[in-house]
Amino acid sequence: MIENRPGLNLLAHLVLIAGVVIVALPVWVAFVASTHTATDFMSGTVPMWPGPHLVENYSRMLDAGVSTSGTPPVARMMFNSLVMALLIACGKIAISITSAFAIVYFRFPLRGLAFWCIFITLMLPVEVRIVPTFQVVAGLGLLNSYAGLSVPLIASATATFLFRQVFLTMPDELVEAARIDGAGPMKFFRDILLPLSRTNMAALFVILFIYGWNQYLWPLLVTTDAQYYTIVAGIKRMADAVDGLPQWHLVMATAVLAMLPPVAVVIGMQRLFVKGLVETEK
Amino acid sequence: MASITLADLGKIYPGGARAVGGVNIDIADGEFIVLVGPSGCGKSTLLRMVAGLESITEGEVRIGDRVVNKVEPADRDIAMVFQNYALYPHMSVRQNLAYGLKNRGTPRAEIDRRVNEAAEILQIGQFLDRKPRALSGGQRQRVAMGRAIVREPAAFLFDEPLSNLDAKLRVAMRLEIKELQKRLRTTSLYVTHDQLEAMTLADRLVVLNGGRVEQIGTPLEVYRRPASAFVAGFIGSPAMNLLDARAVPHLPGTGHAGTIGIRPEDLSVTADGPIQMDVRAVEELGAQRLVHGHTNGEAITIALPSDAQITDRLHLGFDRANLHLFNRETGARIG
Repeated sequence: MIENRPGLNLLAHLVLIAGVVIVALPVWVAFVASTHTATDFMSGTVPMWPGPHLVENYSRMLDAGVSTSGTPPVARMMFNSLVMALLIACGKIAISITSAFAIVYFRFPLRGLAFWCIFITLMLPVEVRIVPTFQVVAGLGLLNSYAGLSVPLIASATATFLFRQVFLTMPDELVEAARIDGAGPMKFFRDILLPLSRTNMAALFVILFIYGWNQYLWPLLVTTDAQYYTIVAGIKRMADAVDGLPQWHLVMATAVLAMLPPVAVVIGMQRLFVKGLVETEK
Repeated sequence: MASITLADLGKIYPGGARAVGGVNIDIADGEFIVLVGPSGCGKSTLLRMVAGLESITEGEVRIGDRVVNKVEPADRDIAMVFQNYALYPHMSVRQNLAYGLKNRGTPRAEIDRRVNEAAEILQIGQFLDRKPRALSGGQRQRVAMGRAIVREPAAFLFDEPLSNLDAKLRVAMRLEIKELQKRLRTTSLYVTHDQLEAMTLADRLVVLNGGRVEQIGTPLEVYRRPASAFVAGFIGSPAMNLLDARAVPHLPGTGHAGTIGIRPEDLSVTADGPIQMDVRAVEELGAQRLVHGHTNGEAITIALPSDAQITDRLHLGFDRANLHLFNRETGARIG
């Protein structure tokens, strides 16, 4: 707004501060909780400032985990989550960029049908087809494996459409110039399309990494071996203390640890991310 | 270097729409041919058929002695300069120039030699390591031409290469292209809708209309003896006056003509001139003034010196030799 009225400025700040508090307070509480002992948290007054047990709690979780909940050490679960998220993000990008390439640049029979098949999968996310998908994955013997965790989540219509839009904005002359320069289809893909979609791939990677990292229902189903537990599903298992109180300080430490990789990815790739979403000119 | 022959060339799109038909042009080795016509006349389609970017549905294209109808663009030994330059935005100028050569497996030393040579010719040496987006429009255009030069092709194809430049730069680049082509003696095919560009660049002009060739000839031939009323109206600025013969029935020797053409600069103000003109508007061009008006309901324009006296009604005269007569129905020249 152009008006310069202190009252409005104050109001704007209040709204923003309220927003920040709503978002940040739970995170703060989680962090504070992870630095106390179990009893501090159960005593009735929730502490608002970090306690002295930060190093102790975190190193315990990373090394050993909570044996009673049957989860492996957090480091192991984070590694599993990382593998799954990376496989999903990279797999989705690889598959969708090649299928978008096929749809945009090639005239083949049943091209329209292929396009609509991809389109229809938009209506069928994992949650909808979870039982048959589980059946297939189990039949292939992929339960308790990284492939089982990631492959069913890789096919992605959204990413294919994103790349299709990106490719459609590429000027035709660029394709023609490449043809005259003697670049065959795959060479054109590698030398020109890939470098030009770099920022879009980065933006998509950020979104898909977080999507993969936050997967909950699917890992919960296909992993029965603790060695393959992912961290998001693991937090749930930890909080389900069968006999006894949940070890909230440890659960919170795990939650804080689980937040770090997505945050790191977002911060690390922020510049590319924004560029990839905003940039339209090729 | 090679000659190019278009024999009965035609293009019908899958829907049945005809874009180009019955085009016959023989282009000699080293000749600069300009295809000119209004938008939608099929000139770009024609060029793209020669380039191999558009399939040929009728007739054939020969480059040298080779029929290239089914040959991939990269193997036709041609280079093309596009209107929007089509430089690879992620590659430096040097990589842009070298890309085509690299794909053909040219040895490194040879690539370097050619790139440096082209850079020198076009004076883009200091930009070689920049990305295209760091260059101005004129510089990008030079790089696009450099990309064509390094291939040392049999023919250059230009698709309205100057349309994206501002007026001043366009004139400068026009001259450069002309000089460059003279120097390299490479057969060139150039598409433009700008008749002035066409006149100044061409060894021979090909005027197209509605997918058909209206006239082929040197710029002066086309200007002096337009083969049809369309060419007469298209080539030359200000455009030739085309009058219905019935509007000026008293002109001697025009009885059999349907349309009478006379260029504005060939008209003069004379007290006993056969054409009476009612002046409507005057455009000052500095060197000349263009006077627009009517004679018996037909629009007519005359170019006069800037100090000419203008009254509301002018009597116009002309030299009989400067009269162009056309058939009313076909538009063909009859005298």
